[in-house]
Parts: sequence; structure tokens; C-alpha cells
Amino acid sequence: MSQPMPMQPPDAGGESMAGLVQADRVHRDLYLSARVYELERERLWKRAWVFLGHDSLVPKTGDYYTAQIAGQSLAMLRQADGTLAVMFNRCAHKGSRLLHERQGNTGKFLRCPYHAWTYKLDGKLMSVPLKNDYEGTGMSASPSGQGLAAPGGVRNYKGFVFVRISGAGLDFDRYFGSTALATLDNMVARSPLGELEVVGAPLRNVIRCNWKMYLENINDTVHPISTHESAATAAAGIGKSLPEGDAGTSLAMEQLLPFGAGYSFYSDMGAKVLPNGHSVLGTKASIHSGYAPLPEYEAELAARYGADQARALLSFSPQNTVFYPSAAFKTSPSLVRVLRPLGPDRTLVEAWALAPKGAPQRLRQRVASYARLVFSPMSVVAHDDVHLFESQQIGLGSDGNEWVSLHRGHQAGEAQSPELALENGNNEIMMRNQYRGWLRLMDPA
Amino acid sequence: MMQAPADADLTRLIYQEARLIDQGRFDEWYALYAEDGLYWMPLAPGQHSGLDEPALMYEDKMLLRLRLDRMKDPRAHSLHPAVRCLHVLQAPEVTGRDAAAAHYTLSTPFIYVETQGDTQHILAATAEHELIGTPQGLRIKTKKVLLLNCDAALPAIQLLP
Repeated sequence: MSQPMPMQPPDAGGESMAGLVQADRVHRDLYLSARVYELERERLWKRAWVFLGHDSLVPKTGDYYTAQIAGQSLAMLRQADGTLAVMFNRCAHKGSRLLHERQGNTGKFLRCPYHAWTYKLDGKLMSVPLKNDYEGTGMSASPSGQGLAAPGGVRNYKGFVFVRISGAGLDFDRYFGSTALATLDNMVARSPLGELEVVGAPLRNVIRCNWKMYLENINDTVHPISTHESAATAAAGIGKSLPEGDAGTSLAMEQLLPFGAGYSFYSDMGAKVLPNGHSVLGTKASIHSGYAPLPEYEAELAARYGADQARALLSFSPQNTVFYPSAAFKTSPSLVRVLRPLGPDRTLVEAWALAPKGAPQRLRQRVASYARLVFSPMSVVAHDDVHLFESQQIGLGSDGNEWVSLHRGHQAGEAQSPELALENGNNEIMMRNQYRGWLRLMDPA
Repeated sequence: MMQAPADADLTRLIYQEARLIDQGRFDEWYALYAEDGLYWMPLAPGQHSGLDEPALMYEDKMLLRLRLDRMKDPRAHSLHPAVRCLHVLQAPEVTGRDAAAAHYTLSTPFIYVETQGDTQHILAATAEHELIGTPQGLRIKTKKVLLLNCDAALPAIQLLP
């Protein structure tokens, strides 16, 4: 007689990851190892607060949006009372997915296509066929009888919906902290109605690299001058041939020309590192600071907040605010990049454009333009990034040096200050900080 | 008055456009576009505007020029090793003809293959062309590339489907 498989959690043994992260460098296994990836799925992606989607994706009762987050199939659904429910997209019976589109409307209830088990919009089990055959069985008391399972934590922060798969872990406000959340506050405050909405469909890219490489690059200020040299040079060439004054009014040129900025421009941006791996790059200025003013829209905000506050609101245009590990937000143009790991060497990146409800057309065109110029699979800017991430993924397999250097600007004891404002945006502390956040989420305990 | 082009004149331009891209003759390709020419790759089936919402690509001649200028730069890193492509076209169909306005539309299903080193990507699409008659001859006013999987997560597409 064959023995049943022993029950062993994938995280058995409590492997520590501490040997892979030093104060000023990280081991290549972080990016290459299937085992590290497996443990990330088990620990990091379940304990972290992960961005699921914007609630404007599901405006009406029964509207749903689904996403795959490190192997977890999740759905958010708009309830009849206007609230949102988030649950695993997995039938309580045999595990079929209930919703097969990324976005749609399910009507008044969910019905599994396999055996027709039905659920209310909040996931409660409504009915099963052949109900009498379940009498006297343990089904209704078992997890299968409890309807759809929900993640451990769900928070709709001003329209931005985050989940924590695990029931245990830091609460939402403590996990992100007020400095990171101020970026979302700013984005929402830019709407005269206090509400944002998704503009169009997301740009979706699959990149053959580890997700952490992409996330590091969001904080990397030193690569644009060399990585994007070809795009920046071409943009500068076109800029010169345009009639005087034209470069400032063309959305494309005002968005592409700053990619040619030198090291000192990025150095002067300023940055902040925050606990749990989060960070704000471009606290003082960024490549987004020089966009042409939109007088009518700005007057509208000034009427709402007063001129000084409106100016302060609009002048906060960081390059990126990293919500570790799953998202990076830009306040202007209003945009979020979402990371979904697919494997140790494959990452899905989605760029979602957002705009204030009722925004002037120019504001929507600005974010649409930035999204396609910079984050499309056809982007002349992203091509070089993608190529180099994929090259790095392969190159790290070579022997001779097992470590990735994060030494730039390192100072002994810097980790003692969990929140730190930096004068110099070129400091690799933002990446070192990501790995301190990584280690914390990867704690075997 | 100029004589209206025959269907064969219209389809010849479609084949010529694809061939010039495949042969890397991008400056000649660029010259096929009207001054207000546009290259649009929608991000979703039925996308109504490439300007007011994100698109895979929505480029006027200025941006196409920028794209080609970048490709010539030896530091266009993504193009090393060299990227090659091939269009396999189904016979273009003339879907509209307004000789008085010198305005013609064509629809062309095709398979696009892009290769670099040991990797190769294959895309399926339909090109919708708007051609116009000009004193210099037929020019492309709009090329709209409807990728079959436009809403899928895509790898980098480096040349021009």
C-alpha cells in the first residue's frame, strides 16, 4: 500500500535569507534562484500589501476585475451597496476559476461553470445542485461550504485597492506610512471632484527578468543617461529642428527630452527612503516637473484649495513613489506601474493611466502619451531598459562574481534611520532600502 | 487631372511598404507617408482614439522620425544583436475607393515575425491603410495595425509590424 504524501509546507525548515543581503550588496541568487522565488511567493507576496487595482475599474454592481498575484488568483467585485469585496477567484468546490475575463460584469451572482455552484457577490455560497445529497455530510461545515475565501486584508485607499493575502502582518497604515500614502493623497487631490479614474486599457509587458530588477530600476537615476542615450539623442535632434517654442507645447517632446538629463539633474532631485522598502524619488524635482501649465485646470484647483496650496499640490511631481513590492506611482502624469512576478526570470509589468474624473482632455492626453511613449512594448525608451534587464538576468549566471554592487553612497549605520531624506537622488540607498524591506518580509519566523 | 489608381497600384504600395521595413530601408519607407501621416497600433479591440487613451503606438511623422533616428544610433542597445523582421501578407483588399477625393482604404491580414539572436516572436495582425493621392503619387495617410493579441502581455516589439 502506498503511503500518503507527508504534509509539509513549502516553507519547511525556516530557511533564512540573511546571507543573501549585505549592507552594501546582494547575492545573485536573489534574482536567479527558483527556491528564493518559491519562498518569496510563500512569504513576501503573502505578507506584503499588494496593489490589486483601481476601484474605477468596477463602477457598477456586479462589475469585477481579476488579477494574478504571484500565483494567487484574485477578484474584486462591486457590491449592490457600493462597497467592494475581494476574494480568491476559486470555486469552493473543485477550484475552477469563476471569472475568466480580466474585467466584466457577473450580474447578480457568481456561478461556477463546472458544477453550477453559485455565490452571492460577497462570496457567500448561495446554492449547490443536488442539495439533498449533501445532507448528513460534513460539506456545509467544511471550508468548501463557507463560500469563497477572502485574502487576510483588503483596503480601498481613496480608490486604490490593496490586499494582504496573509491574515497576519502589519496593518495597512503602518505598512506604508504617511509619507508613501501622501503620494496617493496628492494624486487624488489633483481631481477637482476628489476622484480618479482609469484611462483606457493598461499597457502590458512581459519581461524576461526577475521582478526585483525592474523595481530597482524604478529607483535608478544613473541609468537614463547611458541606457536611454539613443532615445534622448534622437529626441534632442528632433527638438532642435522644431520651430522656436514648439518643443514646449508638444506633449511628446516635453516628455522625451528630459530623458537626456545629466547626472547632476538626478542628483539634485532629492529622495526619501521609507520603512518596509518604500521610497520617494524626486522629492524636489523630477523629469515631470517641467510640463506646460494648464491654466484652466489650475484655476479650478486654486478655487478649491487656494492658490498656494494648489501650487504646492501641483509642484509635487516625484519621479516615482515605490509601494514595495508591487507598484510605483507617478503623481504627474497620473500613472501607476504594477509588477506581477510570473517566475524567477519572468515579470509582467502593467502601466495604468489615471486621470481626475472630468479632467481636461489635455491631462488625459498627457498621461496617454507618456504611457505609450515610455511603457508600451513598442516604446523607444523601454526597449533599451527591457533589453538590459534581460541581459542582466542572463549575465548574472556567469561565474567570477556572485554579488551585485549597491555601494554607491553607502554609509555605515545608514540602516539605523528607517526614514531618511536624501539630498542626492543618485544614492543607491533606495535599492539597499528595498532589500532591507525584502529581508523583513522574507523573515522565516 | 490625375488618373485614378487601379487596385493593383494601391496594393503594390502595401507590398512595397512591408518589403522596405523587412529590408531595413527605413528612410525610403518613411518617404511613403504623407506629411500628416500616422502610424497607430491600438491597445484594445475597437479603440476609438489613440490620443485620448494609451495605445501601443500612435506616432505622427515627427515621432516616426525620432524612432528611425534612434535606430541608427550605435547606442540603441536593444538592437544588438541586430533585429530582423518579416511580414507575410495576405492579399490586400481594397475596402474603399473615393477617386474624387483621391482617398482609398485597404485591409491586409498578415503575420509578422521578429527575430534577434536565438529568440523569435510571431504576431498576427490586420493592417488598415488609408492611402491618398498627392502630386508626388500615392502616400500613406494612416496605417492602423490591429494586433490580434493587442491586449495581451507582450514582449518588446522593436521594429514595425
